[in-house]
Amino acid sequence: MYVHDAFDRTFLQERVAEFRDQVARRLSGALTEEEFKPLRLMNGVYLQLHAYMLRVCIPYGTLNSTQLKALARVARRYDRGYGHFTTRQNIQFNWIKLAELPDAMAELAEVGIHGIQTSGNCIRNTTTDAFAGAARDEIEDPRLYAEVIRQWSTLHPEFTYLPRKFKIAITAAKHDRAATRVHDVGLRLRQRDGHTGFEVMVGGGLGRTPFIGQTIRDFLPKEDLLSYLEAILRTYNLGGRRDNIYKARVKIQVHEMGPEAFAEKVEAEWQAIRDGALRLDETAISAIADRFVNPDLPPLADHPPELTAALAEPAFARWHANSVAPHKAAGHAIVTLSLKPVGGPPGDCTADQMDAIADLADRYAYGEIRVAHEQNLVFPHVRQKDLPALWKALDAIGVATPNVGLVTDIISCPGLDYCSLANTRSIPIAQKLTERFADDARIADIGRLHVNISGCINACGHHHIGHIGILGVEKKDEEFFQITLGGKGNSKARLGELIGPAIPESEIVDAVERLVETYLELRTSPQETFIAAVERLGIEPFKERAYAPR
Amino acid sequence: MPLVKSGTIIADPFTAVADDAPLPDGPTIVSAARLLANKEALFARNVALGVAWPNNRDVAELEPLLPRLALVALAFPKFRDGRAFSQARLLRERYGFTGELRATGNVLRDQLLMMARAGFDAFELEKAADAGTVHRALTSYSIFYQPTGDGRRTAAETRRAAKGRLA
Repeated sequence: MYVHDAFDRTFLQERVAEFRDQVARRLSGALTEEEFKPLRLMNGVYLQLHAYMLRVCIPYGTLNSTQLKALARVARRYDRGYGHFTTRQNIQFNWIKLAELPDAMAELAEVGIHGIQTSGNCIRNTTTDAFAGAARDEIEDPRLYAEVIRQWSTLHPEFTYLPRKFKIAITAAKHDRAATRVHDVGLRLRQRDGHTGFEVMVGGGLGRTPFIGQTIRDFLPKEDLLSYLEAILRTYNLGGRRDNIYKARVKIQVHEMGPEAFAEKVEAEWQAIRDGALRLDETAISAIADRFVNPDLPPLADHPPELTAALAEPAFARWHANSVAPHKAAGHAIVTLSLKPVGGPPGDCTADQMDAIADLADRYAYGEIRVAHEQNLVFPHVRQKDLPALWKALDAIGVATPNVGLVTDIISCPGLDYCSLANTRSIPIAQKLTERFADDARIADIGRLHVNISGCINACGHHHIGHIGILGVEKKDEEFFQITLGGKGNSKARLGELIGPAIPESEIVDAVERLVETYLELRTSPQETFIAAVERLGIEPFKERAYAPR
Repeated sequence: MPLVKSGTIIADPFTAVADDAPLPDGPTIVSAARLLANKEALFARNVALGVAWPNNRDVAELEPLLPRLALVALAFPKFRDGRAFSQARLLRERYGFTGELRATGNVLRDQLLMMARAGFDAFELEKAADAGTVHRALTSYSIFYQPTGDGRRTAAETRRAAKGRLA
C-alpha cells in the first residue's frame, strides 16, 4: 500500500493546526455556525441528531494494521467504543465532542489518516475495488491512479467550493466492484494497443434523482487523466447549477445539457490544458508507484491439504463458499470479513474487534485491510493454507457470518437512529431481516441477493441499485417503505423498478420474505440468481405476491 | 472592509462606481456592462481602469481588454460560491492577466490561501478582524499537492528535487 512520507505528514500536521484554530474560533464565537459549517464539513465533521459525527477518510479503502489500531483507539477514547464503516469506504464516529475533535484528528494524523474532504462541496475520497491488487480479473492495480487523484484533489484550490459534492470511483477489473456507473465520475481502466487508459463516465449518481453515468470518452490515455478531470471539474464549477441544492450535482448539469454537449465543453477545456503541468509522464507516475509497498507473495500451490481437509467441515465450507474469493497469485485468497452479524447494525465494528482484526491482519494478511463499499472488511492477501485457522479466529470475534453477497449482507444507511436528514429508521429493518433470514443453509440456498436500505430519498443506502431496494418514507408520522426490484450497481448498472405503494413498517420484513419465496418457487434452477429471475420474469409475479396477504 | 494587497493593508486607490453615477477623477472600477458599452471612452480617460466581473459571465469575453485593464475584481457573493476560483485561474493562466486580481464579497480568512493559489493578489476582507491574520492564513501550509499558476512547488516536484540531491 501507499506509504506516507515527511511531506504527507507535514501536510496533515498543518491541517490539524488549522482546524484546531478554527474550532477555537467557533468556541469563542469569532466564527458563526454558518461560517464554521463548511470548514468543519471539509474536515469530515457533521452535526447529527445527537452529536457531532466525524467521518474519517480511508483513501480508496486501504488501511494497514497500525491505522486500524489508531481507529480503535479513537473509538475507545473519544467515542463509545465502536465505529461505522460506510459505503464510501470510510469510517464514521458518531459520538465525538467538538472540543475533542482536534485531538482525535491529531492522533489519526500520526498514522497518516484524516477527515479531509469526506464531506462538503468538494472532491470526496476516490473509491475503488476492495479487491484491488489482488483480484484475478483486474488489468492493473487501480489504487495507483486513485492515489494520483487523491494527491491532485487534496485541498484543490479551485474545486473546494463546488456547486455540490463530487465523487470519483475507479475500477480496473472486469467485474465492477466499485459501482463506477453511479458516481459523478466513473473511471474504468482499459488497455488499448498495449497502452493504459480509461473509459470516462460522467453524471451517474443516486440520491433523489438517480442517473446511470454516461460514457463521454471511450479511451483517455493515462497521461491525460488529471488534465481531463480538471477540465470536467472546471466545466462543472463554472456551469453547474447553484440555485437549488437538489439540482446542483453534475448529473443534473449533464442531464440538462445532454451528455454530448457536456462532453464537447469538457473537450474544449481539456484541449487548452492537456499539455500543461498536469500531464502525467512516466516519471510522475512512477514517483507515485514507487511509494507503494506491496507484499511479496511467496510462490505457493492452489488447494493445499490444510484447505482441502477443512472443506470437509460444513460450517467452514459454507463460509469459504461466500467469503473467500480467488486471488491472482496461486495459493492465495481474498477474504471478506462480514460486518453483518445476525441482529447487528450493518457496518458497525467495535474497538475490540478492530484491534483483533488488526492483529489477525498482521498474522495472516501482510498487515493489510480493505474497506469494501458493501460495508464489510477485506483481507486482500491470505495464504490458502491459513484459511482454516483464520476462519476460527474471525468467527471467535463475530466477523465470520457466512453471508457475504447473500440476502443478509445488507447495505444500509444509518437512518433516523443517527442522521438528521432521515425520514425513517433503516438499521432496525436490516436487523429484523438478518433475524428473519438467520438460517445459514437457507440463505446459501437463496444465493446471491443484494438488499439495500435507505432511510430517506437521499439514498445513502443505495436502494436504487439493490436487487431488492427498500426506501423509507414518512406518512402521517408513521414509517412506510417502498420496494424496488432489479437494481444493479455493476458494469451493467440499472436502477430498480418500484413495485407499488409503500408498505407499513410492521409488514416490510414479511413482504421481503414473500419476494424471496416467490423467487425460490419461480427460479428455473438454483443456478438462476434472484436478479436473473427478476430480469427474466419482470416485476409482475413478484409484485402480486409482495402485497398478497400471508 | 479592509483591502489587503501583497500581505499588507492598503488604502484603496480605486473607486467603484455605480452604472448611473458620474466617473471620478482617479482610478475607477466599473461594471462589466458599463465597460463593454463604453470601452473606448473609458480607456481614453488615461486613468487606471478596473472592472467588476460577475461570476456567471465567461471571462473569455474579457480577454481582448485585459492588456488595458489595471484591475479585475471577481465576486464571491457567498463564500460557498466558488465560481470565481475558476475565473481567476483562467485569467491568470490562460489569458495571461498580470494586473491586480481582487477578491470581493464574502471574503473570509479561511479562503485566502486558496484564493492566492488561484491567482488573486488582493482581498477585500469582509471582516475587519481578519486583516491582522492575513499573513498567517497565507502561510498556514507549506505542502501543496497540485500545480496551479501560482508558482508554488508541488509536493511531487519537491520530492523529485530532494531525490535528485540525494542521488
